[in-house]
Amino acid sequence: MSRASDLAIRARGLRKVFSGKVAVRNLTLDVPRGEVFGFLGPNGAGKSTSVKMLLGLIFPTSGEAEILGCPAGDVKTRSKVGFLPEHFRFYDWLTSDELLKLHGRLYGMPHALLRERVPALLDVVGLTPHRDKRLRDFSKGMLQRIGLAQALLNEPDLIFLDEPTSGLDPFGRRLVRDIIKAQRDRGATVLLNSHLLGEVEITCDRVAFIKDGEVVETRQLNGEDEEQITVSIRAVNVSREVVNGLFQWTPSVRSEGDRLTLTLLSSALLPEVVRYLVAKGADVYEVTPERLSLEERFLEIVGRDGGL
Amino acid sequence: MGIWIMAGVTFREAARKKMLWMALAAGVAFLILFGTGLHFQAKDFAAHGMSPVLRREISFAMLTMGLYAVDLLAVLMTILTSVDTLSGEIASGTIQAVATKPVPRWHVLGGKWFGFLGMLTGFIAIMVGGVNAVTYVMAGVTARHLVRGFLLMWMESVVLLSITFALGTYFSTLTSGVLALGLHGLAFLGGWIEQFGALTQTQRAVNVGVIASLLMPSEALWRRAAFEMQSPLANAMRISPFSTLSVPSMSMVFYAALYLAISLLIAIRRFSQRDL
Repeated sequence: MSRASDLAIRARGLRKVFSGKVAVRNLTLDVPRGEVFGFLGPNGAGKSTSVKMLLGLIFPTSGEAEILGCPAGDVKTRSKVGFLPEHFRFYDWLTSDELLKLHGRLYGMPHALLRERVPALLDVVGLTPHRDKRLRDFSKGMLQRIGLAQALLNEPDLIFLDEPTSGLDPFGRRLVRDIIKAQRDRGATVLLNSHLLGEVEITCDRVAFIKDGEVVETRQLNGEDEEQITVSIRAVNVSREVVNGLFQWTPSVRSEGDRLTLTLLSSALLPEVVRYLVAKGADVYEVTPERLSLEERFLEIVGRDGGL
Repeated sequence: MGIWIMAGVTFREAARKKMLWMALAAGVAFLILFGTGLHFQAKDFAAHGMSPVLRREISFAMLTMGLYAVDLLAVLMTILTSVDTLSGEIASGTIQAVATKPVPRWHVLGGKWFGFLGMLTGFIAIMVGGVNAVTYVMAGVTARHLVRGFLLMWMESVVLLSITFALGTYFSTLTSGVLALGLHGLAFLGGWIEQFGALTQTQRAVNVGVIASLLMPSEALWRRAAFEMQSPLANAMRISPFSTLSVPSMSMVFYAALYLAISLLIAIRRFSQRDL
């Protein structure tokens, strides 16, 4: 259990109801500092509403949240937070250079620092040749890039990225991945809100599945030992009693011919299972761990209908 | 600090979107038209050998008419330019990147309000000053209490600006615009009902006008401004269509100031507490 001071995000029972419709049912979440945390869920699951509640843009109907140890929405804490909104809109009459300078001034950054950081960030997001172009002439991908630069302007301790790769080509997506990695290396916490499973799988340390405004499961992506796996075992001489004995490690076993399929909560349990089968006289020919992919787990959780 | 950054952004947006320059161009065109009309009027005075008193009264009437047109322009300009600034940015999500910066929400709203206030003050000053300058050059006449009249007209715009901001924190751009214009229309009609009521000495009709002014004191401020600016003779003889029959009292002016302050406070409170 993490101490409150180690947490970048701490939410307890956050709930939001819009005109009688529950958008977020009960969000309870701990995100330690320095973690890249993925928020996964189908459209309408309450991901963006949750992010907006954490940022203080939307006021929760009930529950409480802390960001970097301060109540969500605290004005001072916002100087350590970066945010890329989902449907990203900025003053399109500004140039990219002007936009970053304006947001830098809103962060209270001195002019000298902005003169140094703005060109550097434009370079990172590949917009240096377009620094004097107005945003209204930008493509969707370019807007997403300038939004990303805006979210990194103050070198935040906590960054909320709501669908950051929306509208980006493969180069842009790669750029987002690289930026997230650089932020993690810098020690920042990143909350990545996305429905692109592959992207989350590559970039995140941990992921939460959200359905109907509730976290239904969190899953570690960088620690294999903790991961739930499905194992396919080809073995003969396995009696009914032996199969029943497997329930001490697994909630589900399927036996078809010489093949056993079982789900283990951790891959660390696998050697024990194999030892048990051999000890009970089974001839084991093949053991194949099939890690449940994020996509399979996602579909399992939200349902094949996409949660609609 | 945030408040002045946002005021600057509002000003820069108006300039960048050519709103500021178009308003100035329209103002200059208006002054040219007004000057041309006054020029021919003055020529006619000389041709007909009109008495100086009548000449002066007609010039005063022309001045009041010009100021009335300026007032109407200022009212429309106030509502049309500011109506989208909150509701539009909330609807489009533009406000999200700004409202998550370390700046209190009331600074964002206050900054925008000050930005529009600066622009409207400039516009009204140029137009009221221009109409008076043109009338002085062409006919040797200026408003009786120019500063007082200007301040009342300015206050009318600030009242409308504040109520438009308050409506923008509750409703969509279109609804806010319809409501703000509708409220001013109500006050406008109420003003005329009050005038006619005073003419026919129908107290209940006068009361209807007063109630309309309590709902929206904008038109009452114009009628008080007209009373302060037009000639003493027109006021005494009741020969002007503006304000001579039932002059809004200073209590109404104080009420308008209170109305303005409450509208602004409602806007700040609602904007600070609503979901964005």
